[in-house]
Amino acid sequence: MGGSGSRLSKELLAEYQDLTFLTKQEILLANCWLLLHPLHPSGSSRASPSTVPGTQAHRRFCELLPQEHRSTEESLHTRVSLEQILSLPELKANPFKERICRVFSTSPARDSLSFEDFLDLLSVFSDTATPDLKSHYAFRIFDFDDDGTLNREDLSQLVNCLTGPGEDTQLSASEMKQLIDNILEESDIDRDGTINLSEFQHVISRSPDFASSFKIVL
Amino acid sequence: MSLRSRRTMTGSPARTTRVKSMTPSTSSSRSRASSGRQALVGPEDAAAYSTATLRILASMPSRTIGRSRGAIISQYYNRTVRLRRRVSRPQLGGVGRSARPSLRLYDLELDPAALEEEEKRSLLVKELQSLTVAQRGHMLKGMPLGLAEKRSLREESRTLTGKPRERRGRRGLFPCCGWLRDTCVLALHGLGLWLLAGLHGLKPWRYALKRIGGQFGSSVLSYFLFLKTLLAFNALLLLPLLAFVVGVQAAFPPPASPGPVPAFTGLELLTGGGRLTHTVMYYGYYSNSTLNPPCVPAPDGGQCGRETDGLPYNMPLAYLFTVGGAFFITCITLVYSMSHSFGESYRVGSTSGVHAITVFCSWDHKVTQRRASRLQHDNIRTHLKELLAEGQLRQGPRSVCGRLRQVAVLGLVWLLCLAITLGCTVAVYAFSELMIQSPVSAEQGGALLALPVVVCLLNLGAPYLYRGLAALERHDSPVLQVYVAVCRNLILKMVILGILCYHWLGRRVGALRDQCWENFVGQELYRLMVLDFIFILLDTLFGELVWRLISERKLKRKEKPEFDIAGNVLELIYGQTLTWLGVLFAPLLPAVQIIKLVFLFYIKKTSLMANCQAPRRPWLASHMSTVFISLLCFPSFLGAAVFLCYAVWQVKPSSTCGPFRTLDTMYEAGKVWVRRLEKAGPRVSWLPWVHRYLVENTFPVYLVSALLLAVIYLNIQVVKGQRKVICLLREQISNEGEDKIFLINKLHSVYEKKERSRGGRTQEAERLEEDPDAR
Repeated sequence: MGGSGSRLSKELLAEYQDLTFLTKQEILLANCWLLLHPLHPSGSSRASPSTVPGTQAHRRFCELLPQEHRSTEESLHTRVSLEQILSLPELKANPFKERICRVFSTSPARDSLSFEDFLDLLSVFSDTATPDLKSHYAFRIFDFDDDGTLNREDLSQLVNCLTGPGEDTQLSASEMKQLIDNILEESDIDRDGTINLSEFQHVISRSPDFASSFKIVL
Repeated sequence: MSLRSRRTMTGSPARTTRVKSMTPSTSSSRSRASSGRQALVGPEDAAAYSTATLRILASMPSRTIGRSRGAIISQYYNRTVRLRRRVSRPQLGGVGRSARPSLRLYDLELDPAALEEEEKRSLLVKELQSLTVAQRGHMLKGMPLGLAEKRSLREESRTLTGKPRERRGRRGLFPCCGWLRDTCVLALHGLGLWLLAGLHGLKPWRYALKRIGGQFGSSVLSYFLFLKTLLAFNALLLLPLLAFVVGVQAAFPPPASPGPVPAFTGLELLTGGGRLTHTVMYYGYYSNSTLNPPCVPAPDGGQCGRETDGLPYNMPLAYLFTVGGAFFITCITLVYSMSHSFGESYRVGSTSGVHAITVFCSWDHKVTQRRASRLQHDNIRTHLKELLAEGQLRQGPRSVCGRLRQVAVLGLVWLLCLAITLGCTVAVYAFSELMIQSPVSAEQGGALLALPVVVCLLNLGAPYLYRGLAALERHDSPVLQVYVAVCRNLILKMVILGILCYHWLGRRVGALRDQCWENFVGQELYRLMVLDFIFILLDTLFGELVWRLISERKLKRKEKPEFDIAGNVLELIYGQTLTWLGVLFAPLLPAVQIIKLVFLFYIKKTSLMANCQAPRRPWLASHMSTVFISLLCFPSFLGAAVFLCYAVWQVKPSSTCGPFRTLDTMYEAGKVWVRRLEKAGPRVSWLPWVHRYLVENTFPVYLVSALLLAVIYLNIQVVKGQRKVICLLREQISNEGEDKIFLINKLHSVYEKKERSRGGRTQEAERLEEDPDAR
């Protein structure tokens, strides 16, 4: 791995492999993608390596980068704005893309992702992450108002995200009320009108499909 | 290194928490009596809680566990302690405040503000240090913290690994082994990472599978993953055969058969006969004696020695043991993967809570294309509306007349389908009898293809009839409809294969008494496989491509045909059954199957991308893969194993060809060998003993079956017990929730009284100020 290997040192790679659920190829791919985007702020599809099949082309892309972006320190601290992350093909069609980016962002204004935040994101959505970790982050993604529980507004916003973007795809008010009543009846065990993390994880543990559907493959 | 600290958010008076305002005295009876919930208090008439109450509510542990770092750290600290303590029994009673810091965890949850976050963190680091390297790595990976914090935790917990661990008295006997063990584990860990990276790079078709998953979702992807699994099974079957049977025989070819060698025509690839008959492909080629390397006469003109010219290789024994061993390994792998898949997909109590599960778990994040994403939106919306409608329906009464009519229609459709199956079976039987009666020589090409063509046509046509009949019946749940269709197709295929097996082992053996019947059976299975592949191609072409063209041009519909997952998977299982049936008679059949599967992958992928759309009905991908593997194990592999056992134990091998030509049954080769071992001497006497008392005797089989039944019964009881415990815990949590609401209301009323009395006092003071005389 000629050019791209000089970007991340071996120790750093080993450390990332130890602390996340990603493999070496996935980490290098993520690094490559993130470094490209500051150069192509329009996020054109030509620049995105994910649309180019195979890792050979990725390496060629990485080798095209100018020298000044090859230092490890700089690559770790480069922050990519939310719009550029949202243009990633894996996230473009996802109705939860904004929430996902906000949950994993560590900047004070929650509007940009560093390389390590991006790795966190990929690690949680990877194949081998534990269902526990996935359900924890799924809860945070669904908690639209960030108050630690899923109340009725969170649930109705969640259902609207699921059914579709337009006005005509949403459920009627009575259907929504009925649905949220059913959901709360099934999952709110302590009957306080909201779903907290433990209740959410209890519901998720009953569905074996969650781990396989909560996956993003880079 | 930036520490992310998400403090608990202070409540704002504008945001009212919607909590049912009930008093516990009436609440318990009311909530247990009513099946549904009480109507929740709307925002207009919710009690406006004071700032203090809201602040307390927002900082409750159940609400902060998802957000605050301190709560996450203490939760994982608890888990680490539990992990470390797993071997030793926890102390009961008499646990007071003591100087040992690890016991303070009992107070952590009660008094979160007392211990600062840094203290909690240091406790967690201390616990992490006492774990093994592998456990620590696994714990760190699974923590929902940022990468920077995980790195700092790892650094801190690594610094004191050289410290002798006297507290863990369990390993106190060999202190030096700790360091050695750690080094070994680290080295293995590095090796494991390297292997994983290598495997990840080697994974075939990774990009293609990603595109399929992105465009069609997990359910269609499960078909292609199943195809990959079958490839692995075939490779597992082929390797021992290549190594011990085919390779050896190819290196030491038997003396050439008398008669002219037929010329190679293209028809051999279809019929499997002709030129291919006397090759390593079929059973008849293999010799029935021990193979010796060709002896080179000594330079001084001496004779070839017998035992001194290298190890003799007993071909019949090798053939029997390799086929038996390969089947045994396949059986173990199948049962293991089936139980693993079942364990992942079965959950206690998974039938309830379908609304919540649909809303939380049904979005497939693998889907990346806009069109597919829109389709997923539509599917989920339809599913939610169906669920809501079902809920309404279930509450309404069902008329007896309607139920009876539904049952009658169901029974009729099943009878018709079974009649069609019977008709197909009779047709195959009659045709096979016809083939035996008519004088067709073994070398004639085209006529040999007649029976396989008939079988393939029936396998192709009958499912369309079933689909037509299934349009008459209406099931409550769409998933049940699919399972019923799978069941019917499976019965048809298995019954036809059963008839063919009877035809081969029962009738052909007698008809071809002086010829090589095993070669014939091997060739028949080869023909069936090749024609099956050709018919799948034709079905894909006409069923998908032509149908899409017709529906686009003539019918002007924008909908593409759906990809029929169940039908395609059954075709794969059928092909694999043919391979397993034929392995004894044609050892290279798994190689043919591997080539066929590789071609099938590319053809199906191309056709899928061009012509099809994802199925509308929601499929549970994990349940499906369990069902596929179970179907592969139970009718398919079990049937092939029964066929193999019957052929090995009961049928007389032909006397003119093959490795067992002088024996009464194939199994006798093993018996002869055991008898020779008995005479060989006392050193290997345990083997004949094992053979006599464990293999020939029937008692161990009964013992093993009884043990298996006992284990299954125990597991069922354990699941029942778990269900009961879950019910009890739910009741307990619900009671705690009521306590919580009671306390909140009480707090609220206390604050309100205080506010009112304070407000009253200030009002009184103001009134007195304004009008000191008005008292």
